[in-house]
Amino acid sequence: MGWFLRRVAQSLLMLWVVISLVFLSINFVPGDPAELLLAQDGGSPDPIMVEMLREELGLNRPMLEQYTRKMGDLLQGDLGTSIVDGSPVGQEVMRRLPRTLELIGAAGILSLLIGIPAGVLSALRPRSLFSRIAALLAGTAQSIPVFVLGTLFVILFATVLGWLPAGGFTPFGRDPGRHMMLLILPAATIALGLSAIVFRITRASMLDVLPLDFIRTARAKGVPARRVIIRHALRNALMPVITVFALQLGGLLAGTVLVETVFNWPGLSGMLVAGVNARDYPVVTGVIVVVSAFYIGLNLLVDVIYGLTDPRVRK
Amino acid sequence: MKKAFKSPPGILLLAILALAFILPLFPLPDPLAIDVDARYAGPSAAHLLGQDEYGRDLMSRLIHAMRSAIVISGGAALLAAIIGVTIGIVAGYVRGISEALSLRVMDVILCFPPLLLAMLAATLYGAGPKTLVPVLALVFVPSFTRVAHASVMTVRGQEYVDAVKLMGASAPRIIFRTILPNIAGPLFVQFSFVVVMSVVLESGLSYLGLGVLPPEPSLGMMIGSARATFADQPWLLFAPCMALVVLVLVLNAFCDHLRHVFDPRNGSGA
Repeated sequence: MGWFLRRVAQSLLMLWVVISLVFLSINFVPGDPAELLLAQDGGSPDPIMVEMLREELGLNRPMLEQYTRKMGDLLQGDLGTSIVDGSPVGQEVMRRLPRTLELIGAAGILSLLIGIPAGVLSALRPRSLFSRIAALLAGTAQSIPVFVLGTLFVILFATVLGWLPAGGFTPFGRDPGRHMMLLILPAATIALGLSAIVFRITRASMLDVLPLDFIRTARAKGVPARRVIIRHALRNALMPVITVFALQLGGLLAGTVLVETVFNWPGLSGMLVAGVNARDYPVVTGVIVVVSAFYIGLNLLVDVIYGLTDPRVRK
Repeated sequence: MKKAFKSPPGILLLAILALAFILPLFPLPDPLAIDVDARYAGPSAAHLLGQDEYGRDLMSRLIHAMRSAIVISGGAALLAAIIGVTIGIVAGYVRGISEALSLRVMDVILCFPPLLLAMLAATLYGAGPKTLVPVLALVFVPSFTRVAHASVMTVRGQEYVDAVKLMGASAPRIIFRTILPNIAGPLFVQFSFVVVMSVVLESGLSYLGLGVLPPEPSLGMMIGSARATFADQPWLLFAPCMALVVLVLVLNAFCDHLRHVFDPRNGSGA
C-alpha cells in the first residue's frame, strides 16, 4: 500500500510540475508575450489590442498572481478562454476529447487483434515463410510516417476504390453506420504502426516463454497443444505486451494529431493545430495540460498494474 | 564505426547522403524558381522529374528537402547528444544530488509528448527551423541522458576505471578519455534512433505547416500540398512520399545494423 501511495504522489507531483511549466511557458518568451502573440506577419500590432490582450491574459499582473489564479481556475475545471473567439477552452476540450479517445481505442483494439495472433504464430514457427514476411511487413509499417500512410489509404480506399469516405465525422447518434465507416480508415492508419510494435513484443516474449520448463510439463501431462499455447504460454507472455502497449497508447494521444488532420477527424488535434496556427495560447496550453494529464495517468496505471501482478516491483 | 558502413544499409545510407549533399553542388535548377507558365509540366530535359504547382523543379526540391531533413534531424540529434550525454555521464559518475536532480528533470521532459512540446514551442516562438532544431534537441535530450547514465553505471566499477583513478587522473580525464570511449557503442545506436525519430517528427510538423517554412522545400510540406491535386498530379504526391519512406527505411535498417554491430549479445560481432 505504501508503494502505491508513493507512486500516486509521485505522479501528482509530476503533473503539478508539468502544468506549472506549461502555464509559465509564456513568461519564458523573450520580449512582450502579448505583442508576440498578436504579431502575425512581422508588422507591429495595434497597441490598444496588445493592452487588451495583456489585461485578458492577466499578463500585466505579477507572475505569482498570474500563476495562483490559473492554478485556482484549473482546480475548478476552468481552462481559460480562447483569444480568438472567447469561447471556454474546457468545454471545447471535453466535447472533442471523447472523439480522440474513440479513435485511439478503436486503433488499439485493432492493433491487438492483428499483432498478438501474428506474434504468437510467428513465435511458434520462427523460421517459416509467414514469420519472415510478417517481420518484413512490421519493419516497413514502422518506417512509414502516419500521415504518409493515411494519405496513401485515402487515395487507395477512397479515391481509387471508392469503398470508404475520405474523411470527416458524423456523430454516432445521428448515423451509426456512417460513423463507423468514417472511423475505419483513421483507426486502421494508427493501428498499422501500433500492430507492428505489438507483433514484435508478442513474438519476442513468446520466444522467451516457450522453451521454459512449465510449458514442457504442460505438454508432457497431455494438455492439448492449443491450450498450452493460449492458456499457459500466452498468458505468461502477455505482460510485456500490455506494458509496451499502454505506454504506446499514451504517446498516441499526441500522435493522433497528424492522423486527425489527414482525415478531418474533429478530435483534440484539430483544435490544437488551429490554436497553434492562430497562436491562440490558452487553447494550446489547455489541450496540452489535458493530454499530459492523461499521459501521466496512463503511465501510473501501467506501473500500478505491473506492481499488482509482480510483487518485485513494489520495493 | 567504419565496419558499420560496410554493409548494405550502410552503403544505402551513404548513397542517400551523397545524393542529398553532393548533387546540390552541381548546377541543378533552382528549387525556389517559380515558372507559372510551366505549372504541372511533365519531365523535360531541363526538369527531369517535371514541375510542381508553381512550376518549380521537382527533382531539385526533393533533393533539397532531403538535405534539410537530414541537416535538421542530424543537427538536433547532435545537439541533444552533446547535452544529454554530458549530463548523463556527470550524473552517473558524480552521483549524489546532481544525479537525482538531472534524472528528475529528464522525467519531467518525458512527461510531454514530443509533438505537443514542439507545437507549444511553435505557438510561443513561431514556426520554422530556428524553433525546430532546439525543440527537437530538447525532446531527445532525456533519451541520451538515460542511455549514458545507465552505461556509466555499468562501467564505473570496472577495474580499468579504478586503475586510471589510481594513476591520479583527473575526473574530466577519466570521464572523457576512459569512460566515454567505452560507452560509445550504445550512444551511437541511440544517436541513429534519434535521427530517425527526428526525421519523422520534422516531416510531420512540416506537414502541419509548423516545421520548415515555405517556400523552402520539405518532404512533409510537399506531401501536404500535393494532396489537393492528387487526382490530376499523382506523381507530385508519390515522389515526396517515396523519398520520405525510403529515407526512414534506410535509416531504420542502419539502426538495426548498428545495434547488431555494437551489441555483443547478438554474437556475430561486426
